Amino acid sequence: MFRTVTGFFEIVFTLALVVVAARPLGAYMADLFQNRRTVLTPILGPIERAFYWAAGVKSEDEQEWDAYAISMVLFGGACMLSLYAILRLQAWLPLNPQGFPAVPPDLAFNIAVSFVTNANWQAYGGETTLSHLSQMVGLTANNFLDSGAAIAIAVALVRALTRNESTTIGNFWVDVTRATLYVLLPVAFVLALVFAAFGVPQTLVGSIGAATLEGLKQTIAIGPVASQEAIKLLGDNGGGFFNANSAHPFENPSVWSNILQNWSQLVLPVALVFAFGRMAGDAKQGRALLITMAVIFVMALAVIWKVEAAGNPALTAIGVDPSQGVMEGKDLRFGQAGAALFADATTGTGTGASNAVLESMAPISGLAAMFNLLLGCISPGGVGTGLYSLLLLVLITAFIGALMIGRTPEYLGKKINARDMQFAMFALLLSPALVLVFAGGASVVKIALDSLGAGGPHGLSEIVYAYASSAADNGSAFAGLNANTPWWNVTTGVAMFLGRFAHAIPILAIAGSLAAKKKAMPSAGTLPTDGPLFITFLLAVIVIITLLQYLPALALGPVAEHFLLQQGTLF
Amino acid sequence: MNTAVHRAPAAPAPAINLARRRDLFSSDIAMTALKQSFMMLRPDVQWKNPVMFVVEIGAALTLLYIIQSALGFSSSSVSLTYFIALDIWLWLTVLFANFATAIAEERGKAQAETLRKTRVATPAYRLRANGTTETVSSIALKVGDKVVVEASQVIPGDGDVIEGGAVVNEAAITGESAPVIREAGGDRSGVTGGTTVLSDRIVVRISAGPGESFLDKMIALVEGARRQRTPNEIALTLVLTAFTLIFMIVVVPLWPMATNAEVYMTSYLGLSDQLRSLGTDVPTLIALIVCLIPTTIGALLSAIGIAGMDRALRANIIAKSGKAVEVAGDIDTVLLDKTGTITLGDRHAREFIPLGQVSQLELMYLSALASVSDQTPEGKSIVAAYTQAEGLTAPVAAPEGSVFVPFTAQSRMSGVNLPDDTAIRKGAPDAIVRYVVGLKGVVPRELDGVVAKVGARGATPLVVAQNARVLGVIALEDVLKPGIKERMDQLKLMGLRTVMITGDNPLTAQAIAHEAGIDDFIAEATPEKKLAYLRNEQAQGKLVAMMGDGTNDAPTLAQADVGLAMNSGTQAAKEAGNMVDLDSDPTKLIEVVAIGKQLLMTRGALTTFSIANDVAKYFAIVPAMFAGTLPWLKAIDVMNLHSPTSAILSAVIFNALIIPLLIPIALKGVKYRPLGADSLLRRNLLIWGLGGVIVPFIGIKAIDLVMVALRLVA
Repeated sequence: MFRTVTGFFEIVFTLALVVVAARPLGAYMADLFQNRRTVLTPILGPIERAFYWAAGVKSEDEQEWDAYAISMVLFGGACMLSLYAILRLQAWLPLNPQGFPAVPPDLAFNIAVSFVTNANWQAYGGETTLSHLSQMVGLTANNFLDSGAAIAIAVALVRALTRNESTTIGNFWVDVTRATLYVLLPVAFVLALVFAAFGVPQTLVGSIGAATLEGLKQTIAIGPVASQEAIKLLGDNGGGFFNANSAHPFENPSVWSNILQNWSQLVLPVALVFAFGRMAGDAKQGRALLITMAVIFVMALAVIWKVEAAGNPALTAIGVDPSQGVMEGKDLRFGQAGAALFADATTGTGTGASNAVLESMAPISGLAAMFNLLLGCISPGGVGTGLYSLLLLVLITAFIGALMIGRTPEYLGKKINARDMQFAMFALLLSPALVLVFAGGASVVKIALDSLGAGGPHGLSEIVYAYASSAADNGSAFAGLNANTPWWNVTTGVAMFLGRFAHAIPILAIAGSLAAKKKAMPSAGTLPTDGPLFITFLLAVIVIITLLQYLPALALGPVAEHFLLQQGTLF
Repeated sequence: MNTAVHRAPAAPAPAINLARRRDLFSSDIAMTALKQSFMMLRPDVQWKNPVMFVVEIGAALTLLYIIQSALGFSSSSVSLTYFIALDIWLWLTVLFANFATAIAEERGKAQAETLRKTRVATPAYRLRANGTTETVSSIALKVGDKVVVEASQVIPGDGDVIEGGAVVNEAAITGESAPVIREAGGDRSGVTGGTTVLSDRIVVRISAGPGESFLDKMIALVEGARRQRTPNEIALTLVLTAFTLIFMIVVVPLWPMATNAEVYMTSYLGLSDQLRSLGTDVPTLIALIVCLIPTTIGALLSAIGIAGMDRALRANIIAKSGKAVEVAGDIDTVLLDKTGTITLGDRHAREFIPLGQVSQLELMYLSALASVSDQTPEGKSIVAAYTQAEGLTAPVAAPEGSVFVPFTAQSRMSGVNLPDDTAIRKGAPDAIVRYVVGLKGVVPRELDGVVAKVGARGATPLVVAQNARVLGVIALEDVLKPGIKERMDQLKLMGLRTVMITGDNPLTAQAIAHEAGIDDFIAEATPEKKLAYLRNEQAQGKLVAMMGDGTNDAPTLAQADVGLAMNSGTQAAKEAGNMVDLDSDPTKLIEVVAIGKQLLMTRGALTTFSIANDVAKYFAIVPAMFAGTLPWLKAIDVMNLHSPTSAILSAVIFNALIIPLLIPIALKGVKYRPLGADSLLRRNLLIWGLGGVIVPFIGIKAIDLVMVALRLVA
């Protein structure tokens, strides 16, 4: 009972803090991306202009969608190549106190893709594979830049929806610079200090030696953890310093740091929704999206928490008190509520970090987390990606909804035509194509199956989860799967790459086409997109479309596992 | 060419009423459609409908599988009859879809055929430069030819009356038996080929060459509706194709996953024989694909489009493109002509205001006397008002020897000179004042006030004088058409803003607009003003519809998103608009908008229904597919179906049968109700969305029960 009350308090407190902070942050971002002065302009303005001068960017020149998309791809490609080079050459580069060798090619490819696509899928143990230079310059820098790029894409789409007959959708270089310089860096800086205050290490020392009670010598890895932790969560990246991620006491020492970790993951995606409402000149439109995200978030949370708190029927059968809930794979610091909130936040956003082992959770909890990924991480989604992925689903819902009332489809006064739907549907089918085709392949290929921690339905859950996580660029791991093999490194790498770029390019194409259209004033016959009916419809479309895509695979995986568990079969 | 003037009356054109209701499945149409359904199995025809093309390929693959099994090349855990039954229903699915399209096309063709009957060659009497005529076939007429048409002859082509006037029977194209007047000059000069002149003689200048007339265009459109896809139809086809692709992506990887389950469960249970499930069975996987892809809407999409054009035609509207009909559903603003649409077209005497010592009845009597010979509606209404007030049965008659003084533009008054030298005049206030002053009469002081008051409420003041004495003022008011306020309210519920166009001054316009419940008005309208208003609306991203008939309406009609020209209007107006209303009914715009909305709504509703159906099909098929390896999944089989094969067959049969069951809705269209956007969406979501989830659960269970009862399944 006590744990339920404190858990409830922890959840409500975290979510309230998110909304309280996201509102002003959203207003700030709306000003920032509409070329208005912000509080930080006097301080950061000169630095920003220095960047443009050095890079030869004319900040007032806007780009059409194709130029914007090319810039995004070039930027991502350059980041990826440089990160790949750093990883392959780390043995000869400075800041390698533990003397780690070069990262093998397949893993280096996987890491490079993973950190440039915001997935931060970690097929390796950070503290046993990467030098400080790789972690700080390679990973942490990309944690900023890829989140900045994702914000840029979202902002471009929002601009397109709110402008009238505009050929351009903004300047990618300006957007990515501003997102990084004005949003991610300042907030991450403050966060890193707070994490350090909570006891998270921030040092360039590689490890410390300790003499154990048995007289043995133990090596404890530390390093610049707090700074990476801040952007890992704020940018919804998820790549931890340690392999154990946020379950590691150096990354996430206490309940309070856990609240801050959850807050950090959620605040920017939510703030972007507020920014959207403001840029659209109609806060209600933003609110509708926020409610949609919140409903999905709370439902998944309720499922995970309830199932985890209920205990394992197999353990209950041998006399274990079920009131303790499932504690396997969880830390006593966090309990079921803290673990459930983290599992939901990390899969609802694009973070993919973890403070508990999903594999040890009940099949239905794993299913809820997996469903968050399969929805495309939209509750509230990764920084930027959450907003634009949800807007894509809104366009599809508005298309069907408008037809149902006898109107040509439109959203925010922009007519949706065949070309827009072509790109929208391409982006929609990308996720099942990546997840199911790879999962189908992996379930019969021996080199893939060898990596599994379990067989049968649970093994399939591991497979589907791995590809769902990579295709959604979430990076969350189910554990149990030894992902550091050539098959998994390459296939998840490809899924992450396409999951980001093949998804973002059609979004930008839609942005280009919508921006050029006339913005019609709403009339009495226009489908309202801010009311409870539309929100319900949107939720139904999202859930039904996702279910229809993944139900057979889920039935063979977690659902079959659930029924087997009821029979007493464990994996 | 025959130079002799030949005047034998041509046979009257067959009077065909397009609006006549045809049976949905009249047997000859159904038979032709049935034959057509088999013809359409040709892959090159099927290819145009990607959803159904996938079903056809699936059916063909299943057939190959059956042949292979029959020859003993492949083994399966289930009997051959299951595959044969499956394949029959897959082929039936394709045939049902073809039938839906074919029946819509056949109905369109039948419609076009009736239209074409009015296009048979008729003799035409072409006017030569020297004034004589020559007989040519109507097919040989060129644009600019002048033809003479006399009583009981058929007008040989579309054109404008340039000389004379005639009573014309347009029943052949409108179905309206009451004849109409068509005359040179003005806005009633347009005539349509195929209609019959009943009296008098007119000269018509032909304005459309052979094969270019409106009827020709419409025939092409009705017959070719399938090939001419509208923008929204293209967008929806894209969405459906994408869904088809998605579901293929969903089902194909199930094969390896099911294989994995078979291998794993066999070793897990320590069996020597490998477990088999329908999940690795190709025809079953094909059945799942067919059940999931949006076959319902895919099968009916063409039919819905063709039926939409057909509905427009039944409403006696000739659209120049399918797009025009579709756009009509999106209209935000409608420009309505005041006269004929909102008001009855003429003013009636609403109030008699006597001045000085004159009594009300005296004013009415004298005004009526002055109007006895006045044939204008205003004059008639004055006489009628007096007759009614007195309760007379006989008409009012002026005394013998009275002389009627007609209205002229100079005098701006009319009246009567009675035999006793009394002159009664009624007319514009300033004209009467001048007349009275000229006779040294005294103008009552209160006159100005009364005139101003009448004008202020939007009525036209008419002053009546007897010799030098001003009797009083008659207020002439526009009379709203009966039920116009309700129609305007309906338009508002449909989400449309109504704008009235009138030549009246702003005061009058405002009063009428207010009374009729119209949102805005353009007073003292000129063609330039109308065009400017329309452009301004369009600049705000609004779509505008208007109806017009005059040549001066042409620029606005051309600019409007939906320009509905009246058939009675000038050729220029008809050329400029993108639709022609054969009935020339000014309130037709409402129907046009409803038809457009219905077209889109039917597509939306059936798409939602089609996708929503998938939920139940999953619940039937997924547990059945894996019954061999993961029997625990039976727990999600909420319908508790008889056996795995009966579950899959039931889903496939339901999926096939729903197509013919929904053909009537595709052809008639989902009923459109003028409700607000929100309530309309709620209503349709409940019916087609929620209904679409629930109905297949019942249907599949019912089919399963029937098959068990008939012992069709093991």
